[in-house]
Amino acid sequence: MPNRPPGIGRAALMIARKDLLIELRSRSAIFSALAFSVLALAVFFFAWDPTAVGSGDLASGVIWVIFTFSGMLGLHRSFGGEQPTRTIDALIAAPVAGEAVFLGKGLANLVFVAMVQIVTLPAAALLYNVPLVPVALPLAGVVLAAAIGLVAIGTLFSAMAVNTRLAELLLPLLSLPFFVPIVICASQATAKLMAGRPVSDAADYLRLLVVFDAVAVVLSTLVYPSLIEQ
Amino acid sequence: MKISKLAVVAIASVVAVFIRAIYFTPIEAKQGAAQKILYVHAPSAWVAFLAFGLVAVASGLYLWLRDPKLDYIAESSAEVGLVFTTAVLLTGPLWAKPVWGAYWTWDARLTFTLVLWFVYVGYLVLRGAIEDRDMRARYSAVLGILGAALVPFIHLSVYMFRTLHPMPVLMKPSAPSMPPVMTVTLVSSFAAFTLLYVWLLRERYKLAVARDAADHRLYGTEGAV
Repeated sequence: MPNRPPGIGRAALMIARKDLLIELRSRSAIFSALAFSVLALAVFFFAWDPTAVGSGDLASGVIWVIFTFSGMLGLHRSFGGEQPTRTIDALIAAPVAGEAVFLGKGLANLVFVAMVQIVTLPAAALLYNVPLVPVALPLAGVVLAAAIGLVAIGTLFSAMAVNTRLAELLLPLLSLPFFVPIVICASQATAKLMAGRPVSDAADYLRLLVVFDAVAVVLSTLVYPSLIEQ
Repeated sequence: MKISKLAVVAIASVVAVFIRAIYFTPIEAKQGAAQKILYVHAPSAWVAFLAFGLVAVASGLYLWLRDPKLDYIAESSAEVGLVFTTAVLLTGPLWAKPVWGAYWTWDARLTFTLVLWFVYVGYLVLRGAIEDRDMRARYSAVLGILGAALVPFIHLSVYMFRTLHPMPVLMKPSAPSMPPVMTVTLVSSFAAFTLLYVWLLRERYKLAVARDAADHRLYGTEGAV
């Protein structure tokens, strides 16, 4: 096979594979994110008076606060991990499009966030006594749609924050305002589904999430190359 | 320091509007004197959106044309816009306490303004955290564009969120049409604040240019350390 540089899709998959392989071997970030998530579930339970608010009503809000912050724990590592040995320079110099670097990083982050969610959701259902099985499918849709938006924005800002003087301190400051629409839609949709309301009640929120995802993914992929030009 | 004609006109018109608002505009029957804060609040909100709109336009043009002047415009407009947004967020609660009975409610428009305020605080913090001039311009242009793209989403999501909750009893969205004497004051306050914005923007732009020239002399092309 001649030495042709890979196309955007294949290059993105290779970069995602590289990041996931590093994570799989060290397992440091995923364990700390998982431990954080389950620990936060336990801590949040005591933040409200259980006689005033039923634990089932708290669950959706708690879940989304946790997803927002545990996501950010992993996102900084995405570009921060390239920093000590400046391997990001090799990625930029590699004969692949800048968009591919962004999509690959984003894909790896999406897998990371999804893994945290797959563990946290059942744990939340268990600890907060919420029936999960009947709404599993629509809920998975909401969670995935929100994760895509969180990851697109978070990956882009992680790429920016890592090159600034403030590094990881800047990431929450930049991303949280952008997470507001995601968290509003996702937690409201989750609350409706968990309360046993029909899926159509959550449809408006899900629609807005999907539109947000589309805009966030397209826009951040397009602007990313202007972050890495030298 | 030389005082520009624009400065004189801008400050004089704001003073004139305030005099008209305080002495020559009647007190609203139900809200009392608190209503007069509208003549600061509403034009500030108008200027804030104008300013952030200009940030987005200048940011987009910067990524295309790479003219440092566009970056100075975006920086200046973001900073001036943030000042006016702060004025909106401060005057709002002052009015809301006597009229709604609470300084803050999570009403759609309030939440929207607060989130927007945080976006541009982030924008200025980002600028301050990057030393390389070219990189700072590119990064903040990206954020300036994303900030504008976020606006419709915050708008929609906070409106959807609000509709789930009953509205506070005191706060109703009905805006009774104003008597002409108040409308004239309000419209002239918009004009005066726009002049104020243009003047402040121009001064801030001059500062950005001067600071960059100074950095250039001190540190070479790399910008400030």
